[in-house]
Amino acid sequence: MLLVQLANIDKIYQIGRDLKFQALKNINLSIKSGEFVAITGPSGSGKSTLMNILGLLDRPTQGSYELEGQDVARLSEKVMAEIRNKKIGFVFQQFNLLNRTSILDNVALPLIYGGIDGEERIAKAKEALDQVGLSDKLQNRPNQLSGGQQQRVAIARALVTDPQIILADEPTGNLDTKTGQQIMGIFCKLNNSGKTIILITHELEIAKQAKRTIRMRDGEIEK
Amino acid sequence: MNHLETFRVAITAILANKVRAFLTVLGIMIGVLSVILLTSLVSGLKTTITKQIAGLGSNLVIVIPGRIGGARSPGGIQANRLTFADAANLKNKLRQDALVCAVVQKTGTLKRLNINDKGAAIYGVQANYEKIISLKTEKGRFINEADVASGRRVAVIGKTVEKELFGATNPLNQTIKIVGLNYVVIGVGASRGSIFGIDQDNSVLIPLTSAQKQFGITSPNTIYLNALKAENVKDVQAKATAILNKRLTEDDFSVQTQEQALSTIATVTNVLTLGLGGIAAISLIVGGIGIMNIMLVSVTERTREIGLRKALGAQPEDIRNQFLIEAVTLSGIGGIIGIVLGILLSLLINNFLQTTITWWSVILSFGFAMIVGVIFGVAPAVRASRLDPIQALRYE
Repeated sequence: MLLVQLANIDKIYQIGRDLKFQALKNINLSIKSGEFVAITGPSGSGKSTLMNILGLLDRPTQGSYELEGQDVARLSEKVMAEIRNKKIGFVFQQFNLLNRTSILDNVALPLIYGGIDGEERIAKAKEALDQVGLSDKLQNRPNQLSGGQQQRVAIARALVTDPQIILADEPTGNLDTKTGQQIMGIFCKLNNSGKTIILITHELEIAKQAKRTIRMRDGEIEK
Repeated sequence: MNHLETFRVAITAILANKVRAFLTVLGIMIGVLSVILLTSLVSGLKTTITKQIAGLGSNLVIVIPGRIGGARSPGGIQANRLTFADAANLKNKLRQDALVCAVVQKTGTLKRLNINDKGAAIYGVQANYEKIISLKTEKGRFINEADVASGRRVAVIGKTVEKELFGATNPLNQTIKIVGLNYVVIGVGASRGSIFGIDQDNSVLIPLTSAQKQFGITSPNTIYLNALKAENVKDVQAKATAILNKRLTEDDFSVQTQEQALSTIATVTNVLTLGLGGIAAISLIVGGIGIMNIMLVSVTERTREIGLRKALGAQPEDIRNQFLIEAVTLSGIGGIIGIVLGILLSLLINNFLQTTITWWSVILSFGFAMIVGVIFGVAPAVRASRLDPIQALRYE
């Protein structure tokens, strides 16, 4: 089943009055459900911009984007937020956990915005933490955990809404090689159980572990 | 996202920075506290004066020098143009309608043996003063017609004077020095309490004639008229005004009934309440600016958090509500602490000065604090809700 279809996507940033910067040029990309895709390329190649568009954090200047057959290229901010909440799980390089709240509450956060209340929310958050092997740390604060553990919490947070896609932006970038491998192991396991994973990385070692690699350069996909 | 969740998030954020939250709340707290305290003081003052005036009896008509509300109103610098002849004239012409008593007033030191008083109010009065002002003489007797006629040096002292100069000794027939001259104590007045810290019992009454002679006073400070019949009060007022107008102009004196005196006091205290309450309300606004400042800092500090929440599906309204509730919670906490402290403090002050806590001031100041929280919380909250998630997530 076709999950993501990008056609003729351009992204142009207006810098100042006269200067324009084209971050993406005529991107055409299809991703099927259950794929494990790595998007690689040097910095400035446009991979983060592509990820922002895929994650509905940004809109393309031109072109079409269909997610599960729904045209999502030009939606209102409100609807984009709803789709992000329901269909996309984010994992960031910096983990982006809230240090003031417990691991359990961190993982439950997307469910709060999804309008899922009380016991169901706790149960789902516990289940997601169980999947990443952290069910013994529910009440800890993120800053009491190691980097690898924090990234596992972030993956649990991405999983908790049972999204169609997990978008991971340099998820191993802040981790040592060994811990990075453990995190990649979790992604592989998730992919084997059917999750679609799109990974952004500039490390070839990491990209190799995905089943499909897309290389970018100067805003274009290299053939 | 429901409001309970938003509220929980806001509380967590406030608790994460307790010292800062406390300092932020301080401004609102002081504002609410001062509104409640100042209005309770003014209301207390009003209650006391009203009680005193009401206690004088509703038949009372008071003549004072100067025109109330006029250019030379009481309290202003002016020449007192009332004379004792005016008082005598009123007494003579209103014989059928009212009791008339001229009163002079001075402050001076009292002395007995080697005990010095701190200074007391000295009133020169006529014999019917007791009846007109409904004073009670607790021990001994009041000043009589004969005392006034012959200018005897006799005195009726207040409770405070008795306590200070005599202690447990019986003061009757003892001699005291009033500003250097010997007077014999003939009576002790019943306690009258205090008005706004001024002890009404720290006073001594002497015959009008004795006071005139000793201090060389030529003008009465007050002329009291007590209408013999309640229905004649307005009539007495009109007649007194007409009599005085023959010799004086309307700027020279005011003739007020008890009812008018009460309404004058209401006017004065209302102005005081508005003025003091207004000043206190300014501190509430300053407190609101403090909240806005801290909320703006908080939004900047938590840019990444906002970006993350948006990425995870928070709607702009969710973010706006989160920060707005945080601001309103801060002002609400300040308001509640202010109410508690304000009430406690006015109850404490009530031991020295009468205070009356008015519920409208509690409700009004709290409501105003909440409104201030909303008004000054909106700008930071809207700023937070408009942050671009991509930029916000990258923010260091």
